[in-house]
Amino acid sequence: MDLNQKRTRTVDRVDSVDPDLVSPESTPMCPFPDEVLEPVLSLINSHKDRSSVSLVCKDWYNAERWSRRHVFIGNCYSVSPEIVVGRFPKIRSVTLKGKPRFSDFNLVPEDWGADVYPWLSVLAKAYPFLEELRLKRMAVSDESLEFLAMNFPEFKALSLLSCDGFSTDGLKAIATHCRNLAELDIQENGIDDLGGDWLSCFPETLTTLQVLNFASLNSEVSFSDLEKLVTRCKSLRVLKVNRTINLDQLQKLLLRAPQLTELGTGTFTQDLVTRPVADLEATFGSCKNLLTISGLWDTNSLYLPVIYPACASLTFLNLSCAALRSFELAMLLIHCKSLRRLWVLDTVGDMGLEAVGSWCPLLEELRVFPADPFEQENVAGVTESGFVAVSRGCPKLHYVLYFCHQMTNAAVATVVQNCPGFTHFRLCIMNLGQPDYVTNEPMDEAFGAVVRTCPNLQRLAVSGLLTDLTFEYIGKYAKNLEILSVAFAGSSDLGLKYVLGGCPRLRKLEIRDCPFGNAALLSGLTKYESMRSLWMSACNLTMNGCRVLAKEMPRLNVEVMKDEDSEDSQAHKVYIYRTVAGPRRDAPPFVLTL
Amino acid sequence: MSSETSTVTSEQPPSTADTELTLRLPGESQKSETKPTKRRFSDLTDLKLGGNNESDTECSVVTRSTPAKERVVGWPPVRSHRKNMMKKDCKYVKVAVDGAPYLRKVDLELYSGYQQLLCGFEHLFSCFTIRNVLNERKLMDPVNGMEYVPTYEDKEGDWMLVGDVPWMMFVESCKRIRLMKNSEAVNGSVLTRRDFGRWASKIGSWKLLV
Repeated sequence: MDLNQKRTRTVDRVDSVDPDLVSPESTPMCPFPDEVLEPVLSLINSHKDRSSVSLVCKDWYNAERWSRRHVFIGNCYSVSPEIVVGRFPKIRSVTLKGKPRFSDFNLVPEDWGADVYPWLSVLAKAYPFLEELRLKRMAVSDESLEFLAMNFPEFKALSLLSCDGFSTDGLKAIATHCRNLAELDIQENGIDDLGGDWLSCFPETLTTLQVLNFASLNSEVSFSDLEKLVTRCKSLRVLKVNRTINLDQLQKLLLRAPQLTELGTGTFTQDLVTRPVADLEATFGSCKNLLTISGLWDTNSLYLPVIYPACASLTFLNLSCAALRSFELAMLLIHCKSLRRLWVLDTVGDMGLEAVGSWCPLLEELRVFPADPFEQENVAGVTESGFVAVSRGCPKLHYVLYFCHQMTNAAVATVVQNCPGFTHFRLCIMNLGQPDYVTNEPMDEAFGAVVRTCPNLQRLAVSGLLTDLTFEYIGKYAKNLEILSVAFAGSSDLGLKYVLGGCPRLRKLEIRDCPFGNAALLSGLTKYESMRSLWMSACNLTMNGCRVLAKEMPRLNVEVMKDEDSEDSQAHKVYIYRTVAGPRRDAPPFVLTL
Repeated sequence: MSSETSTVTSEQPPSTADTELTLRLPGESQKSETKPTKRRFSDLTDLKLGGNNESDTECSVVTRSTPAKERVVGWPPVRSHRKNMMKKDCKYVKVAVDGAPYLRKVDLELYSGYQQLLCGFEHLFSCFTIRNVLNERKLMDPVNGMEYVPTYEDKEGDWMLVGDVPWMMFVESCKRIRLMKNSEAVNGSVLTRRDFGRWASKIGSWKLLV
């Protein structure tokens, strides 16, 4: 191990960005030759670990950048594609996230940005052998998808989650031209569904598909083409079809692909029974590898039992498209003893949740979605008692998303006492400003209990009537909190000041409709560079306050979205994020970077 | 806050008036008071909170008298994808074709726009194709060369031309559909040839199908 030799090798590979590494005086801090360092580092997959590795010393920085195959960019505007390709020469997989999360709820105007095309054109030159692209909340056009399909001959995996701007024509291009496609995962996008013939564009030579998810598309596809595709792709492990696929068709598909580990069914009922239910049940029984079942649209007591034979080994059951009643859920869960993750609609009621507590002792994650989110009178749904019932029976619960119309402080305190391991606690009391319905007090003590009792809490969403006390608790106790969502809460600037003054690990903060003003915003000056982003809409911020922030912190982009209705001095929607790429060059006219 | 569902109105961006909350006691009139957006929250925090009866009433005002019609943009935080998925009622309407011996039924909820609806008609009535004739796109029976104009009966009993109103409004108000032979439509002054052309171009770009 000749240190001089090693130094030379390092110098050979230096790029123009890092002139320091050329200095002959630099003493090597670590004794490993590159032949050892790079293979070792190539085993590290977590991007957080890799970031840490790259900070150890210059040799490790270099070794890390050459051995990295996957890059994760949590905010597409925090860095430019040129900087990314300049640092990492050998990337095979890219994950990109774009718009702020509140765009899912229509709070971000259309044409805001996050267009993937500028990224693609740079990636095509730097990584012609790119294999995977995973996009979340990006604007993706058909042209971008065509470009992707034509410019990356080794392309294997495309995942689009919550993106918009494309149509099924773009999918046609992917299906037609990506000869090695292994994964096509289309979820919850604003897609223009022009028809199902994209599926027929997969060539007959394509046998490499492992993941196919088109559950969120509406149009009918050619079943015979789908069946042929499933038959010839022997490695298919994830198949999620859309609602147009009926039970008979599903059975045929399952017989072709008994090796599936994740299944999304189509409509799970039919008017005319063309085949006895027992047949279907037997088919499900023959799928020994199923870990996940989703879909199950329109199902009822007659058809749901056919999946029972496959339930014993299920770890994830997604019933959020099936409006089940409590007894239907209970009968099903008796068979699901291995369940770790469960998503349901609130039609199951508190009694359904009691069944969860009774039959799913290994449960780690529960999500309860509202079947009728905008209904305000005569609502059933779930209450605090269902929540408590689950916590009693499921001590390993650490992730909850719970939509309800009423809650009490005592119930939440009980829940976290039963399940102190919460990492994600997202409670949505749907009626705005709703206090504890028994005591009529604010819900402060509920969230106080959460942050005090759950030391591992990473993500928190609060709701109900909340004063500044909630935020005092959060700032004081939530030492590991990374993501906080706040809506219609707080009494004064103090609320936000508490959070910004505490929560050392805060990365993402999203706030809407709270009485937090400039003083609160500016109290967090030094914190924002350690965070990914801050969103504040319909609060008490003014343009002047935002200008002060922008002036003090040049490495932040302080963007204000102008609203026609709001006054000129008010900053109605503010999005602040750290960046090394400077102000956006593609900002639409309604986005002002201060 | 949590993911899944959203959307209040899909037709137009909500104005300030749409998004404001107002408080009123049960039984009061529906006339909404305009309050500045910034201040609405303080109305809620001004309530006396505690164990006495007075606050019971006031708090019940908060929870029960928010008018069902008024919605806040993006609340509850449920993604539109989920909201669309959970349509409980199917919207089945009868479709009559002039000259056909029996009617069909379509579920309007299955379609996301006019284009898909016309493709649906194509599938239902296999005698039809959407033809591109002299820059006007029409539903046509290639066998007898007849053109068909989609019309519908709305909630008020009027016969309307399909395609004038936004899709969601159409789904809401359509009671049944009739594909009229073009000559009858023209002569019966349901619409003029110029209207028909305008309608055809309004539908937007369809695929050319033969």
